[in-house]
Amino acid sequence: MKTVYLDNNATTMVAREVVEEMLPYLGEYYGNPSSMHTFGGQVAHKVAEARLKIASLLGADPEEIIITSCGTESDNTAILSALANNPSKNHIITSRVEHPAVKVLCEGLARKGYRVTFIPVDPEGRLDMDEYAASLTPDTAIVSIMWANNETGVIFPVETAARLARERGILFHTDAVQAIGKIPVNMKGNTIDMLSLSGHKLHAPKGVGVLYVRKGTKFSPFLIGGHQEKGRRGGTENVPSIIALGKACELAAANLDKENTYVRELRDRLERGLLTAIPQCKVNGTKDERLPNTLNISFEFIEGESILLLMDQFGICASSGSACTSGSLQPSHVLRAMGVPYTMAHGSVRFSLSVYNTAEDVDLVIKELPPIIEKLRVLSPYWATPQGACATA
Amino acid sequence: MWEYTDKVKEHFLNPKNAGEIENPDAVAEVGSIACGDALKLTMKLDENKRIVDAKFKTFGCASAIASASALTELLKGKTIEEAEKITNQEIADYLGGLPPEKMHCSVLGQEALEKAIENYRGVSHRKPEEVIICACFGVTDGEIEHAVRQNHLTSIEEVTNYTKAGGGCGNCHEKIQAIIDRVYQTKERQAQPAERPRLSNLQKIRLIEETIDREIRPSLKHDGGDIELVDVVGNRVLVALRGACAVCHASQLTMKGFVQGKLQEFVAPELVVEEVAS
Ligand code: FES
Repeated sequence: MKTVYLDNNATTMVAREVVEEMLPYLGEYYGNPSSMHTFGGQVAHKVAEARLKIASLLGADPEEIIITSCGTESDNTAILSALANNPSKNHIITSRVEHPAVKVLCEGLARKGYRVTFIPVDPEGRLDMDEYAASLTPDTAIVSIMWANNETGVIFPVETAARLARERGILFHTDAVQAIGKIPVNMKGNTIDMLSLSGHKLHAPKGVGVLYVRKGTKFSPFLIGGHQEKGRRGGTENVPSIIALGKACELAAANLDKENTYVRELRDRLERGLLTAIPQCKVNGTKDERLPNTLNISFEFIEGESILLLMDQFGICASSGSACTSGSLQPSHVLRAMGVPYTMAHGSVRFSLSVYNTAEDVDLVIKELPPIIEKLRVLSPYWATPQGACATA
Repeated sequence: MWEYTDKVKEHFLNPKNAGEIENPDAVAEVGSIACGDALKLTMKLDENKRIVDAKFKTFGCASAIASASALTELLKGKTIEEAEKITNQEIADYLGGLPPEKMHCSVLGQEALEKAIENYRGVSHRKPEEVIICACFGVTDGEIEHAVRQNHLTSIEEVTNYTKAGGGCGNCHEKIQAIIDRVYQTKERQAQPAERPRLSNLQKIRLIEETIDREIRPSLKHDGGDIELVDVVGNRVLVALRGACAVCHASQLTMKGFVQGKLQEFVAPELVVEEVAS
């Protein structure tokens, strides 16, 4: 059975070109980039080249790139560094819909005595910018707001938010893990101080991430040790993965247009197909400001895990915001923050596409999903309108 | 991904006895959409009190559907006395076991069965003195105690796996621990109800408002809902629910129980809560 992979916000396939690029550095070129000899030095060259490619995707300087082990490390480092450098300030601003890498960290900091403001979102998943602006105080040490939401794909106006923070001398960090490679990002054109990205969301392998730190921003390292990353992150470089990430960034830059034309069209085709074929379903998150690859859709009166497992029978891979799939007994905090009713939240499914998907992939879902939804609804005690309800298909 | 047995998968992919019996002799509905799973059980009995047919409808994950399917298979052909002895563990065993985090699916099945039998006999289900311990999932002290005794649970985590209680905001963890402690204590301590001063009407309303602000609203907000105090008439407290709480009809019972429980605890034990349209 063919795998139809529509879960690219969870992780992505490592691109073939990326694998090829990194393989020699898992094999014969195993030198340490810090070594004095040519054998190690040639590796250092290749790492520098990769750093340049990463910087170029972001419109940044290579010195502004700190390579980390993952998006979570980047997020943690950014926030803790900001707090360490502003010891007299006690306030943190973030949103109610952050990834756990920011959310759980901030909740922990709140327990330690920091005042944390979680900015709400509206029913369409848009950030409340008035409340945000009103929350900025002289006591605020750091703002951390994601560029795009992983579950709904809703894009936040982080550049505007960063400007408001800068005007008040407040540091601004963004978790851009879902945005990079999907929408254009140019750090030369904004005032964001720190930005996180993750390799495995853009066709590089797992275990490598980046923290961008704008030149002139005070910084305290998280991992303390050697002089690597100019003393900003100790630990011998993950050479093969860094080289892989460099290649992946180069590909992402080349594919950015395709992401916003080809992938967007596929996503829209899927959305249209499902909305036409299935009654009582609804898209979560505003359609106006949304990543081109993401579709979060709720099917009323049924539960997400069941949907996923039945789709799995056809090789279709997606995610859900239902309680049973989150492992937490409660549906996704993002959908709850949006006020999505429980009848809808438990039955939410996220499809996230990539440039490697095809129209056949999408058409398979449009063909196989409606009977799955119908089957589960017939089983559901809440589904009370059998007559003609599915006639639109 | 959950590790489900082949038997769970089989009952999930091809559930047995799905549906609803017309004119059933026994019927029960347990769980709610808010909590993520719900089960409606209907049974037909013959003149010898033997279950000749049982059907289910389930809203929930794969193991909830499989547990309900297994329950109906176990039930068919049994007398009501035999059926009464079925435990949640038997449902799980029938399926070759469930992941620990999914044991609550088997508990839901057993609850439905209990309630259906009570419905058949015409006796009421929940004892009035039971109070809701976990507001997030509407679980009472009686239900927790029952699960603890029957399955020999010793930690909060286990109680969560079996009843869901404690799996949300975590505010009820202390109370769950207290129930566990009580079950394993040889001698039960008799709690003395605290002395309460008599309240004037104005004091009462103010205290109700304070309690809503402090004890109730944060929990509801956590789930995207809200509550508004509309009026207080004698001991009747009229409230309106909004947002996620208002649209979710399945959670109304739970909500009312939770709000009432808090107001009785902090204001006056004779208060009753009524919901009005906002
Ligand atoms: S009250 Fe029990 S988890 Fe929230």
